[in-house]
Amino acid sequence: MAQLPGLLKGLGITFGTMMRTFKNGSNTVQYPHEKETPPIRARGVIALHQDNCTSCMLCSRSCPDWCIYIEAHKELAPPRREGGKPRQVNLLDRFDIDYALCMYCGICVEVCPFDALFWSPEYEYSEPNITDMLHDKTKLSEWMETVPEAPALEVGADKKKK
Amino acid sequence: MTILNDPVPAKLGNRQQLSYIASQAADARLNVELETEGMTLNIGPQHPATHGTLRIIARLDGEQVVWAEPSCGYMHRGYEKLTEVRTFPQVTSLVNRIDWLGSFANEVPFILAAEKLMNVEAPPRAQWIRTILFELSRIANVSLFLGDLGVQMGAITPVFLAFRDREYVLNLIESATGGRFHPNFDRIGGLKDDLPAGWIDETKVVMKKLRNFCDEIETLLFGNEIFQSRTRGIGVIPRDVALQYGLSGANLRASGVDWDLRRDQTIPLAYDKVDFKVWTHPDGDSFARCWIRLQETREATKIVDQLLDGIPSGPVMAKVPKIIKVPEGEAWVSTENPLGEMGYYVVSRGDLGPFRVKIRSASFNNISITPWLLRGVYVPDIITILASLYFILGDIDR
Amino acid sequence: MNSLLSVVIPYWGQSLLRVLGGLVAVLLPAGTIVYVFLFKMMSFMQSRLGPMEAGPQGSLQLFAEVGKWLQKEDIQPTNADKPVFKMAPIIVLMSTFLLVVVVPFGPDAWFTNLETGIFYALAVSSISVLGILMAGWSSANKYSLLGGLRAAGQLIAYELPMVLAVMGVVIQAGTMNLQQIVVAQNAGSMFGINTFGNPYVITQFVGFFVFMIAIQAELTQAPFDMPIAESELVSGYMTEYSGFRFLIFFIGEFATAGVFAMIASTLFLGGWGVPFSWFGWTSMDSVSNWMNIVGPLIVFTKMMVLTFLIMWVRFTYPRFREDQLQRFAWKVLIPVSLVNIMLTAVLKVMF
Repeated sequence: MAQLPGLLKGLGITFGTMMRTFKNGSNTVQYPHEKETPPIRARGVIALHQDNCTSCMLCSRSCPDWCIYIEAHKELAPPRREGGKPRQVNLLDRFDIDYALCMYCGICVEVCPFDALFWSPEYEYSEPNITDMLHDKTKLSEWMETVPEAPALEVGADKKKK
Repeated sequence: MTILNDPVPAKLGNRQQLSYIASQAADARLNVELETEGMTLNIGPQHPATHGTLRIIARLDGEQVVWAEPSCGYMHRGYEKLTEVRTFPQVTSLVNRIDWLGSFANEVPFILAAEKLMNVEAPPRAQWIRTILFELSRIANVSLFLGDLGVQMGAITPVFLAFRDREYVLNLIESATGGRFHPNFDRIGGLKDDLPAGWIDETKVVMKKLRNFCDEIETLLFGNEIFQSRTRGIGVIPRDVALQYGLSGANLRASGVDWDLRRDQTIPLAYDKVDFKVWTHPDGDSFARCWIRLQETREATKIVDQLLDGIPSGPVMAKVPKIIKVPEGEAWVSTENPLGEMGYYVVSRGDLGPFRVKIRSASFNNISITPWLLRGVYVPDIITILASLYFILGDIDR
Repeated sequence: MNSLLSVVIPYWGQSLLRVLGGLVAVLLPAGTIVYVFLFKMMSFMQSRLGPMEAGPQGSLQLFAEVGKWLQKEDIQPTNADKPVFKMAPIIVLMSTFLLVVVVPFGPDAWFTNLETGIFYALAVSSISVLGILMAGWSSANKYSLLGGLRAAGQLIAYELPMVLAVMGVVIQAGTMNLQQIVVAQNAGSMFGINTFGNPYVITQFVGFFVFMIAIQAELTQAPFDMPIAESELVSGYMTEYSGFRFLIFFIGEFATAGVFAMIASTLFLGGWGVPFSWFGWTSMDSVSNWMNIVGPLIVFTKMMVLTFLIMWVRFTYPRFREDQLQRFAWKVLIPVSLVNIMLTAVLKVMF
């Protein structure tokens, strides 16, 4: 009969959890009705700030599974100063990210030298059709609204860093 | 047939010889009359107990295993080859996926190897945060093991408790790194970013919850007599055999070998700044392996607590060029990952990416002992032993 | 059942009523057990909510599940022994229906009132072993075969402690008729006090304990669920069943749990009765007619309490190994219940 306590204590744990769930509610969330907010840094979806993009192709090249497609052409813009030479600017024709391939590593956001790509914690963009997972530049720009401010850093962090 | 092939032992006396022959004859007759035949049981590749696609071919006599062999490779993803066509920063996002439960721990040895080749060292703050995240991923990994253990033996509740409390750890990892499962936070020369504000206090609360979870699991599972009778004395690995098969991590420590890479080697991580106990168990059976992991989870929460109190201030990134070219050379770095010793042998030819990477993952070596270990056990014990050896399929097949 | 409505019902009417009553007595507890314990209690024990979408608090979830199973394709393995494969689940469910027949729900609310009621119940309950063995053997699957053989060994081993545990009750009540066992408990007195009657759970607590363990094993619930053992044998003898046939197994599993709990409550907790002294009844004949309505509710409540125990254990414990289970049955349960019978017999003679 020295065997009993271990078995009984186990029953106590499950019973206690049941009572706690009755009293304090469950640890799960009823998803479509209530939602948890992901943390600010969560890598949900990549947003594109079109004006900043110079179509330098750095993101496309550094992507580990090559899921960013960029096409651009050069155009001459009117000169800044009177009588100056017309400037050459890159105009973005196509900026697609295939989220069916993307592995959310964040390297593209990190390498972007002109701050054109941002992470947004938005996550509800699943599609029944896999081809719809290819987001074009208008859709990527729409995500810009959901991009949050970068969080404050922990005590002792180096403030000089951007 | 046995009576013909088996010569009568010479040393036996006359009467013993007669009785020996009689017993052999009885056996042979029984075999002929009952016509007992073995059965080959194919456990996996799709089987609830192999959590993944491991296949174990077991030759059974009744429910007893006569011969068993694991057959892996059903989930081979060719990471060693893939790394050869990626640049150094890209590799971390790949190797995340090797042991998917404790993915941050996969990045660290690779980054350390690359840093060794480049001769840079991460600033102290980065090292501390790395160590904290390393231990957090150990907790995320092993706490799921503790719950999964119950499922493998038919108790359904522990796994839900494990998922409940593992969630807190994953939330911490996500709020610091941005990725729940695949942080990709480690960079050559430091970390991607500093911790967000309030993270340290949050972590301390969570660590308390996890110690509570360990206590719960200890009463619910480890204190349960049925669990003990299922695991004690089952799948005993003696010390020598464990060493011969190259086991590592908790499996080795459960056989009584006091070996822990966190303590035994000097790598640029903050393990020498904290004091922690390396648990060993003399038994080497399934219970010992599970028990060691439970103690290690507790120990990891204490390590995290100690580290949180003393994070030095400063930058988290050393001075490294924007485009990383690793000089020619070869480096081997291994760390004590949740599953055991994990190491990378990186060969660089001075390009943007590695020339060759050899990945030593713990599960592959740990699983190699199964043909030795499974011989003579019963079918239910196969599951217990596999659960206690604790492998992640991604870690076996890479 | 003749006097239930104080009208004379023809024989065919009685039979029809019995069939309908049997369906209700099997399916209603099964449904309630699945919803209350399998869906909700298990979820709460694991700090989640369980099904919440179908109906208020997910109470209609079971209907959705049944609908899903009915829609599924009825797959039969190519090498399966088809007739046996099809027959197996029906035999398992049949044993449940045969079992519920002897459970008394009120002074007149019973299906049959056999003189050897409990003997019949124990005999009939082992029919399900045949069904399980047939399912395991005919599926042409090694896991099913192992599961079926384990089930056969286990159910036969646990039949014995169950019978021996019941023996104590039979000795104490002096009858095998379940109706009279109920009366004996409620009309009896304990140490001269008849306020609570004499539920045998107090005098026969060893028997009750052994009986509960035995039905846990008989129902193949954890910690005795090696025949299904989803982490070892995938699903044991049920591995190859899908759709409707799986549904029958599923109903059979939980309906049998309910029926066994009813039998346990009849044997040990006083069944449908309330202590007769409360209302000044003395014997079976003086029991009021309204007990025919209240009786089933009382049985149902007691059944839920006992099923709660069964399920609570099920959700908490890991499972035994096959040889440990046999050892437990033969070396612990059977000697304990034998000693219990001996003590009961001696005490019965003494008082």
